[in-house]
Amino acid sequence: MVRLENITKIFSKGTIDEKVAIDGITLHIRKGDFITIIGSNGAGKTTVLNLTSGTFAPDGGDIFIDNSRVTRLPEHRRAKYLGRIFQDPLMGTAASMTIEENLAMADLRGQSRGLRWGIKKTRRDHYREILKTLDLGLETRLKDNVSLLSGGQRQSLTLLMVTLSLPKLLLLDEHTAALDPKTAETVMRLTQKIVSENNLTTVMVTHNMQQAIKYGNRMIMLHEGKIRFDVQGKEKSALTVEEVVKRFGAELKDEALLC
Amino acid sequence: MLLSSLLRTIPISLEQGLAYGLVALGIVITFRILAFPDLTVDGSFPLGAAVVARLIMEGVPPVFGILMAIIFGFLAGCCTGLLNTKLKINSLLAGILMMTILYSVNLRIMGRSNIQLLTVNTLLTPLENLDINRFIPIIAFFFLVAFGIKFLTDMFLHTQLGFAMRATGDNEQMIRTLGVNTDNMTVLGLGISNGFVALSGALVSQDQGFSDVGMGIGMIVAGLASIIIGEALFGKKTVQRMTLAAIVGSFIYKLIISLGLRLGLAPTDLKMATGAMVILALGIPALKKEKEGKLHLRGV
Repeated sequence: MVRLENITKIFSKGTIDEKVAIDGITLHIRKGDFITIIGSNGAGKTTVLNLTSGTFAPDGGDIFIDNSRVTRLPEHRRAKYLGRIFQDPLMGTAASMTIEENLAMADLRGQSRGLRWGIKKTRRDHYREILKTLDLGLETRLKDNVSLLSGGQRQSLTLLMVTLSLPKLLLLDEHTAALDPKTAETVMRLTQKIVSENNLTTVMVTHNMQQAIKYGNRMIMLHEGKIRFDVQGKEKSALTVEEVVKRFGAELKDEALLC
Repeated sequence: MLLSSLLRTIPISLEQGLAYGLVALGIVITFRILAFPDLTVDGSFPLGAAVVARLIMEGVPPVFGILMAIIFGFLAGCCTGLLNTKLKINSLLAGILMMTILYSVNLRIMGRSNIQLLTVNTLLTPLENLDINRFIPIIAFFFLVAFGIKFLTDMFLHTQLGFAMRATGDNEQMIRTLGVNTDNMTVLGLGISNGFVALSGALVSQDQGFSDVGMGIGMIVAGLASIIIGEALFGKKTVQRMTLAAIVGSFIYKLIISLGLRLGLAPTDLKMATGAMVILALGIPALKKEKEGKLHLRGV
């Protein structure tokens, strides 16, 4: 469904700081896949997401969504295909706007916006309904500014916004890394629920090996801009942290990754 | 003595405060809604005045002249937006460039450095000639215009497009991933803002009876001072409060200024006093080691 073909990305090209961030990666994402991407700092995890969502264009290779080439399409024009959640829980919502205003903006993902009222009265009940499923008491706070919410609440709200107009592909960029362990666990459970209920095709970048092994049907390990390890199906579900450490521990050299 | 001075300055402060309130309203859209520090204002204010003065002298009906002033202001704002979004020029510099360019444009439009409007019929002439105290119809007129535009702005900022514009200033990355072209939002917002400012220039020039190429100097600082005063009263929690703060703040700012003049402030020191006011308002939170007062701005 989404294909990255022989992608390369070089930062600061032609300068002394030149760095090959992505070195010829080919990745086919099938409908219904839940792929976890793991790798140490600088392995190119976030760069893969940035290339997929169009934050910048690759230096080589092509990107296809449903067989149409989107390699050079700017970010806002890929929006109807892609949903993205960032590590920083403040990135997914507009703080100075209310909860219902944020939800209403997500309702229109990838559609043209005009001079109709931003919030349809008929949608308000629906917003209340879905906010209830978060169990955070937000359903009574539709008119509160998002700036009043905690990081975990904001990340949960961001996840909910994704479900309002389902993207073809959901990109999760270490979206629980900035939360405390308990909140991270809650948000991850919510993620799993939303992904499976909506049968969302998902790519999740994570720094946490356990998370990468526990969730999803396919795991990809990036190392220095290349795919080092790609495991799926039964083999993936039988994988343990110890086994990965034994095989790749020497080259990963990243304590944070292994805990 | 102070009280009687205050009472006597209220009508003139209301008149000017409401007329200049549209400048503050424009600045709310750029500085507050879009988080874009737009300095075009110092040029688009006299642009509005220049366009309307020239057209009235040419015998064009004042209403049509005012419409043209709004359109010219809108285009000037769009130019600043395009300099920033398409040519990637720093937002402050883009505004300064347009402000400087507009100085020449305004001289070209007027053909000289000022135009007298005292002896010709303007939009306000019928109001001035009514058989009552001139302040009553004039203040009523500016009240209707300022609050009319305030309510239109409030409405716009609650439409789908308005949401996208507010999100552009608040969290550009987020609204782009939802499919909004934030460059277009910036250009549109700057256009609307400078349209308001040019409208203010067009009305003020008719009110005071002349248009002068230098009448925009310090407009941005005066507008910011108005907003800061207004926000101290109403806060900036909602759009409605921000726009109300701009207009009421503009009135109080004019009140302070005219009171200062009555109490012996030299007119030459006016801009210095205004600047000091803004520095104080922006600086006090920093001195108190608070984080809040900081302006969140993009593109600088």
